[in-house]
Amino acid sequence: MGIKKLFGAACSLLAFGMVSSASAETLTIATVNNGDMIRMQKLSEDFTAQNPGIDLDWVTLEENVLRQRVTTDIATKGGQYDVMTIGTYEVPIWANKGWLVELADLPSDYDVDDLLPAIRGGLSVDGKLYAAPFYGESSMVMYRKDLMEKAGLTMPEAPTWDFIAKAAKAMTDKDNEIYGICLRGKAGWGENMAFLSATANSFGARWFDMDWKAQFDTPQWKETLTFYVNLMNEAGPPGASSNGFNENLALFQTGKCGMWIDATVAASFVTNPKDSTVADQVGFALAPDNGLGKRGNWLWAWSLGIPAGTQKAEAAQKFVAWATSKSYLEMVAEKEGWANVPPGTRKSLYANPKYQAAAPFAQMTLESINAADPNNPTVDPVPYVGVQFVAIPEFQGIGTAVGQQFSAALAGTVTVDQALQSAQQLTEREMRKAGYVD
Amino acid sequence: MATAKSNVAARIMISPAVLLLLAWMLIPLSMTLYFSFLSYNLLSPGMERWIGFLNYEYFLTDPAFFSALTNTLILVLGVLIVTTIGGTLLALLLDQPIWGQGIVRILVIAPFFVMPTVSALVWKNMFMNPVNGLFAYVAKSVGLPPFDFLAQAPMLSITGMVAWQWLPFATLILLTALQSLDREQLEAAEMDGAGPFSRFFHIILPHMARAITVVILIQTIFLLSTFAAILVTTNGGPGYASTNITYLVYSQSLLQFDVGGGSAGGVVAVIIANIVAIFLMRMIGKNLEA
Amino acid sequence: MARAVNNKRRAVVTLIAWAVGIAIFFPILYTVLTSFKTEAEAVASPPSFLFFDWTLENYAEVQERSNYFLHFLNSVVISLGSTVLGLIIAVPAAWSMAFFPKKRTKDILMWMLSTKMLPPVGVLVPIYLLFRDASLLDTRTGLVIVLTMINLPIIVWMIFTYFKEIPGEILEAARMDGANLWDEVVYVLTPMAIPGIASTLLLNIILAWNEAFWTLNLTAAKAAPLTAFIASYSSPEGLFYAKLSAASTMAIAPILILGWFSQKQLVRGLTFGAVK
Repeated sequence: MGIKKLFGAACSLLAFGMVSSASAETLTIATVNNGDMIRMQKLSEDFTAQNPGIDLDWVTLEENVLRQRVTTDIATKGGQYDVMTIGTYEVPIWANKGWLVELADLPSDYDVDDLLPAIRGGLSVDGKLYAAPFYGESSMVMYRKDLMEKAGLTMPEAPTWDFIAKAAKAMTDKDNEIYGICLRGKAGWGENMAFLSATANSFGARWFDMDWKAQFDTPQWKETLTFYVNLMNEAGPPGASSNGFNENLALFQTGKCGMWIDATVAASFVTNPKDSTVADQVGFALAPDNGLGKRGNWLWAWSLGIPAGTQKAEAAQKFVAWATSKSYLEMVAEKEGWANVPPGTRKSLYANPKYQAAAPFAQMTLESINAADPNNPTVDPVPYVGVQFVAIPEFQGIGTAVGQQFSAALAGTVTVDQALQSAQQLTEREMRKAGYVD
Repeated sequence: MATAKSNVAARIMISPAVLLLLAWMLIPLSMTLYFSFLSYNLLSPGMERWIGFLNYEYFLTDPAFFSALTNTLILVLGVLIVTTIGGTLLALLLDQPIWGQGIVRILVIAPFFVMPTVSALVWKNMFMNPVNGLFAYVAKSVGLPPFDFLAQAPMLSITGMVAWQWLPFATLILLTALQSLDREQLEAAEMDGAGPFSRFFHIILPHMARAITVVILIQTIFLLSTFAAILVTTNGGPGYASTNITYLVYSQSLLQFDVGGGSAGGVVAVIIANIVAIFLMRMIGKNLEA
Repeated sequence: MARAVNNKRRAVVTLIAWAVGIAIFFPILYTVLTSFKTEAEAVASPPSFLFFDWTLENYAEVQERSNYFLHFLNSVVISLGSTVLGLIIAVPAAWSMAFFPKKRTKDILMWMLSTKMLPPVGVLVPIYLLFRDASLLDTRTGLVIVLTMINLPIIVWMIFTYFKEIPGEILEAARMDGANLWDEVVYVLTPMAIPGIASTLLLNIILAWNEAFWTLNLTAAKAAPLTAFIASYSSPEGLFYAKLSAASTMAIAPILILGWFSQKQLVRGLTFGAVK
């Protein structure tokens, strides 16, 4: 019976495969295994119902694997994907190389002007839009109101790093597995370096000076990293050096973190009673600053882009428009509630009273996004664009290698000074090899 | 009479395998060799230019290179030691008359069937995670602070994980060898008053030498290019603490998209693999003389 | 008296063997159990082993998100295809090496094995480019080719060692009786090497099923096997132990069951010439 059923399923699958390849256009969509994208995949029947000539094949991968796969494919013109999920780091670089299709034929009801200006700017080159934002994020402080109260403190709307350090220590109760603060420690340019680069901005540090000389030997970086390592050693969870966004989310949802400074998009996950044990106790605040005029918040948008090599650009554009449209937001709201719509892309969403009522984090998210300035990210001037990254092709490699050093400093296998020294050396090396400096 | 004809037949029969493998090896390898002399970043196509040995210079002076070399050796040797010793002990155990031998054998060989990715994911998340993992729970329940395996002892943890996967393989081969041992010889030795240790070292171990050789050879082949276990668990970190040569080449070519540098690393890795291969063949090739 | 001692000894050994066996198997067992828990229960402290609310929701969720049967089918086609193709190429080569050894035969064998030591990642970009030009990206054919080449050395070696054990006189006798080369291989040699071939077949199916580098890097959607399926559960947002466990169980169950059912055949031939 079991085998028969299996065999039957296999046969029908084969038959189905043949029929569909004969009659319809199939789009292969590469995406990240984040919650909002998984929801998009589930809801995509709506798209195929509206567009009977188009079938969808999904490739859902973990972020790092996905990035490696799509980059290899687009750079070698492999042509395996028709729609790629990429971020604000990739879009300007790829668009400049002519690898992305300009999104010029979006339907009239798409309303491009409704996109948040900061996000739209990050996805455009010379005023032309090359990818459509699926969700946008900045970073902010998420904290447990109950634990804050217990510690006898009140979170200001715009905290300083000193306050965060004080509160983290006061909230920590290691015997009961409550850790005052959870921060990213897992090595990767999109993991710990996203947090640390943005934090460094608020401490007055920067990646490069105007001559592309690496700056890890400056006192500002030393102050940043020392602060981070000390704070995490005193008030962070064990194993922090392998925690990324997802690991920290799980920790926060299970009530083990007092504060968590991370992507604004996490707000809807930690306030969702279905997944979070602390849903009704979460408060929000702007990312901390150090009185130098820059806050430690970043800007990112997971976006849908179309590789220039695809034969199915028209169908792909239809899909991109569907997934990032106003009506998609409405559909998610109808099925999953307003709090769960992909945030951070459209002005109209933040003007919507229903969203404001359902999402207590809406205002803070919008303010955080508006506060980030990729074109002017640091206290001192820099030659690059990007808050938590440097928009040059070499950055992925350098950022991840530096992230490894900082992760080791957090794990305690090297000292802060050693980590900074290695980071300085390897960054200088790579920049020399790439020809930025002699 | 048949020799001339058979010799021709023999050549014809072996050639597809040899030619295919030769092509499989030479074509990509010569491309890799060519790339290794170029400045070739995947993200800047059309900008390739000849830079001589610069890629090699950078790869060999990379601070990560030395740790990668040591880590590769630690991993290979560590897993070999654990699996040959553990495999021998397990084989001796399973060779005893026990109740339910079939089921125990099924339990013991199971890890060999598990995908390396799955194994790494399960160990990392459900066992070694210092907050939610089972080991942390055990540590806490006996009053110890949870140990952060992948940050504090990355190589040891990865070695353990990989050894768990290869232990069954070693056990199976060693058990088969053990079972082919002449029982009368053992009994005769026992009559002569040889104790269990003396029997083990003078009769059993020499008999199993060949099988141990085979285990070492095959496992080395697979262990030199261990990758999934590192990618999934530590990404080579913290620092370079768990970066092996394969992972270093991977991070050069697919994280930094520096195809030139990655290719130089690939060529270096090929040379290292060949040194190990020659060494292995010399050392144990004799043992395999049929 | 001696019997009683024997039984006592046997009981002790049995106890030890079972304890060791269960310890080794435990990670797999725990994964399977976790796949039936809710996410909250999967990280609960203290962990529960049998007494929790069993649920199938993780399997439903996984099936809703990914097309398990497609990945499963791809895995079957790829591992079976590459193994059979490998055998077709390897049997003649092994025959030639076993019965017509030359001075260089051993060198050739060792060279073949050494090709397996090369790190695949070193040649990924060249292979990717070649596959792109040959339109082999994301096709089962492409993966069958790659996995055949990767496992060919092991197949040749295994078959070679089995052939080696067959006394040449038998073949000679057959030849005397007028058997030609074809008859010799098909009617005399192959039946005698069946256990060895079966074992080679099984081992290579296992190796191909679990190969995770090429299968992940050369596929997208259509030809992606179970190794790619598992990659989408590796580190999603929020709690994921239960879903990860369900996906893991689904990915390893087919090969685990095959392995258990055929373990006698697998073990019988798994000697690589180590047993005379």
